[in-house]
Amino acid sequence: MALMLSLAITLITILFGGMLIWKHAWLPPAISTIAGPIDHQFTLTFIVCGLLFATAQVTVAYLVWSQRSKPQSERHHALHGSHTLEGTSILVATVLLVALSATSYQTWTRVHWTGPAPGALRIEVWGEQFAWYFRYPGPDDRFGPVHFNLMSDSTGNYLGLDRQRDPASRDDIVTATLGVPVDHPIELILRSKDVIHCFFVPELRLKQDLVPGMEIPIHFTATRTGRYEIVCGRLCGLGHYNMHATLAVMTEPQFKAWLLRMAAEQ
Amino acid sequence: MCFALAGLNWACGSKPGRANRSLPRVKPAAIDASMVSKVTGTIFFHGDPPHLPPILMDKDPACVKLYHGQRAHVVDGEVNSNGTLPNVFVYVEKGGEQYVFTPPTQPAVLDQQGCMFKPHVLGLMVGQVLEVKNSDPTTHNVHTLAKNNPQWNISQVPGAPPLEERFLHPEIMVPLACSQHPWMTCYLGVTSNPFYAVTGSEGTYALKGLPPGAYTIAAWTATFGTKRRQTTVGPKQTIKLNFTFGAYP
Repeated sequence: MALMLSLAITLITILFGGMLIWKHAWLPPAISTIAGPIDHQFTLTFIVCGLLFATAQVTVAYLVWSQRSKPQSERHHALHGSHTLEGTSILVATVLLVALSATSYQTWTRVHWTGPAPGALRIEVWGEQFAWYFRYPGPDDRFGPVHFNLMSDSTGNYLGLDRQRDPASRDDIVTATLGVPVDHPIELILRSKDVIHCFFVPELRLKQDLVPGMEIPIHFTATRTGRYEIVCGRLCGLGHYNMHATLAVMTEPQFKAWLLRMAAEQ
Repeated sequence: MCFALAGLNWACGSKPGRANRSLPRVKPAAIDASMVSKVTGTIFFHGDPPHLPPILMDKDPACVKLYHGQRAHVVDGEVNSNGTLPNVFVYVEKGGEQYVFTPPTQPAVLDQQGCMFKPHVLGLMVGQVLEVKNSDPTTHNVHTLAKNNPQWNISQVPGAPPLEERFLHPEIMVPLACSQHPWMTCYLGVTSNPFYAVTGSEGTYALKGLPPGAYTIAAWTATFGTKRRQTTVGPKQTIKLNFTFGAYP
């Protein structure tokens, strides 16, 4: 019985360890410059946590097997009272977790707490129940003011712009697809109309909440053309499952042509 | 004319839950069908028609596909090519309270087609069945934003049978929205009498079967506000009553 239990623990460890090693099979392709550091951190975390997990499991399996023939009254002496062993385990785990936190902090700040590269294209991202809208500043490179009393999806004024009275709004381009040029730095300014949403593009390795009343900047540079799904990563209401849009990464000429086409539709 | 009297006592301005209790009982008066009149007119628009932006349906590829590369345009603020307004709800706001009307047995039909509500403005009587269809290959969610009536919020998958609901109190207007597609909106005019009409591509309306009396006729638009005109209708008359809206109400 003890031998079977020991074998079962070992097999479970190998199975889950294998899944960790095969992690690349379930991660989507990476298409941004920040994906490298994020994936590196991801791998490092998996290795460290995986080793801790495997060590603990193998230890349990060994103890089950090695103590199987001893009487019940003697088995607890195998571990009980070993301050050296307990202290060493806690110390090793603490050092590893602190080291992981330090490296992940560096990665996090590189993505979220530093500004975008000079010349980044600024785009506003608006979340609402249950759709995404994107605003480009137009040739004047300025976003016009938003009037919440004018917001109405049914009249096509998705972001409450007053194009007649606000000169900066006149050339603003509002779309429902996020088009970006490849290999060009992009700065997104995340805003919400109603509740907390979350901008999430797994291929970019980018995920950030949108909070009503706040303007939250994030940035990225896409490295591969294609169409990718933008989803809402925060349960935001009845239609949350259906709140998605498309990220279209295009070549520079394609992007310029697309933006001109969108501007003509305003 | 089938303005039959009935025991129903739907009355304008009633509040939910006390429709029959709070209002004085009126003795229903009979309408002499040989003496009724008609009010007709045209809804004009003066000024520059508003720009109608495209509707961004990108979030639902099933909706985008229905337009074959084109985009649907906003309906609110639409102006006909002859300078008149479509989707104006014209109704008797005051007058004729001494009469009591039964709702039509035929349902008022609203369809979800092309990820839009059709028609955009619909009139129906208190107690009349509202039938809501889904002709689209995508799921819709019909949500009434009523103030005087209970709200309802029902999902409708493609191919689902029509929804059937009734409104218990008069209400001008009840907006309907789709929680799946935020651009989808339409308006229901729920009245206690059968004297209402919605203008179409010619911008005209006709209120038929009005018994003689003094009336306030109102014309409601989603974008340009509401206008009212008083008129007194005699027996067997056809009265012309036009309305003119501008760009800003």
